[in-house]
Amino acid sequence: MANAEVVLLDFWPSPFGMRVRIALAEKGIKYEYKEEDLQNKSALLLQMNPVHKKIPVLIHNGKPVAESLIAVQYIDEAWKDKAPLLPSDPYLRAQAKFWADFVDKKIYALGRKIWATKGEEQEAAKKEFIESLKLMEGKLGEKPYFGGESFGYVDVVLVPFYSWFYAYEVFGNFSIEAECPKLIQWAKRCSEKESVLKSLPDHKKVHGFVLELKKRLGIE
Amino acid sequence: MARTELKLLGAWPSPYVMRPRIALNIKSVDYEFLQETFGSKSQLLLESNPVHKKIPVLIHKGKPICESLIIVEYIDETWSSGPSILPSDPYDRAIAKFWGAYVDEKWFPNLRILSTAEGEAKDQVIGTIVEGLDLLEDAFVKISKGKTFFGGGQIGYLDIAFGCYLGWLRASEKMSEVKLLDEAKTPGLAKWADTFSSHPAVKDVMPEVDKLVEYGKSLVAKYRAAKAASS
Repeated sequence: MANAEVVLLDFWPSPFGMRVRIALAEKGIKYEYKEEDLQNKSALLLQMNPVHKKIPVLIHNGKPVAESLIAVQYIDEAWKDKAPLLPSDPYLRAQAKFWADFVDKKIYALGRKIWATKGEEQEAAKKEFIESLKLMEGKLGEKPYFGGESFGYVDVVLVPFYSWFYAYEVFGNFSIEAECPKLIQWAKRCSEKESVLKSLPDHKKVHGFVLELKKRLGIE
Repeated sequence: MARTELKLLGAWPSPYVMRPRIALNIKSVDYEFLQETFGSKSQLLLESNPVHKKIPVLIHKGKPICESLIIVEYIDETWSSGPSILPSDPYDRAIAKFWGAYVDEKWFPNLRILSTAEGEAKDQVIGTIVEGLDLLEDAFVKISKGKTFFGGGQIGYLDIAFGCYLGWLRASEKMSEVKLLDEAKTPGLAKWADTFSSHPAVKDVMPEVDKLVEYGKSLVAKYRAAKAASS
């Protein structure tokens, strides 16, 4: 497929946006990155994602694809000749999609509770968060990536949260590396890839963002 | 395919369980349906889906596949010589998946809320459900392009994803005494709903509305009892 117009509506700290950035970089696709101010959403965003009004939105030849997992799958299919992200075997594909769905159901929501709550609620979130990461660590096993020998779909889906780990650790007062050393090794390995390096923000910047967000939301 | 090679763990009231059943019917694939008893999970379920412990679970040659829409995609890819369930064009696939995620995450949860809502809250959730149906009507018109189903001339992924909720939609209308799917407001969807429900791949696995109403009422009663006990 020719690299016709590709635009990404995004917001720099969004782990969901990072997924799409990584996928585009893996495929070597040139695109226009448009930073959205979520407090003042652009007319283009509202037009391209009227149902949810959320980022990321991938726009390919004027046609919008919303929802990060759907966008990553779309990128994999539309540019199928380079760096395949999903495996070709139906059972392995189903497994990869299952774990991506698990990340969406658990990691983001629990991570949010870690920085946004205190006391019992926070402790419960931390516990479940670590349990979820351990489950994924177990799934990784001795492989270099969730995709096996090569970086794949589940890696793309999970690694953005690595840029948020520092913020979770500071606000949650715990060490993710102490609990899940193999997962941190995996994250560091992924971070050596140019596609990931280019797509993840500095974790101190993310921490600063969360501090400001907490102030704005009136959370202690 | 020998029946023992393919099992589906499910339960008759679950809309999610309907999804792989319709998909397997479309592919004319035979399977063993193992009904879970509500209130207790079988050993096989706990072993096959240790992460979520939920149905449906498809077990193919001993290997489990979980999450209803992921199972539907697996069925489409594995029995690729049968009629296609997902569209072939990447953009059309993305649109089908977008609306599938929408009905699951945004629209259907409101039906559950409706079952126990009262007064202003009830009016509000009815409004939300109807607004969602308006959006889906627009989507239907755009995606079906004048044909019978979201999938065109044949039932496809989005028909399955959304259509599995029709039983509970009709049950909710009876339980809450309100018209939700109105052919005056959403004529495309109203017609589609009838055609979908009577399709050979669907009609035997769509639970009867009166049975769902009875089951729904028992769930609401349990919820209210639990609420009263804890207040």
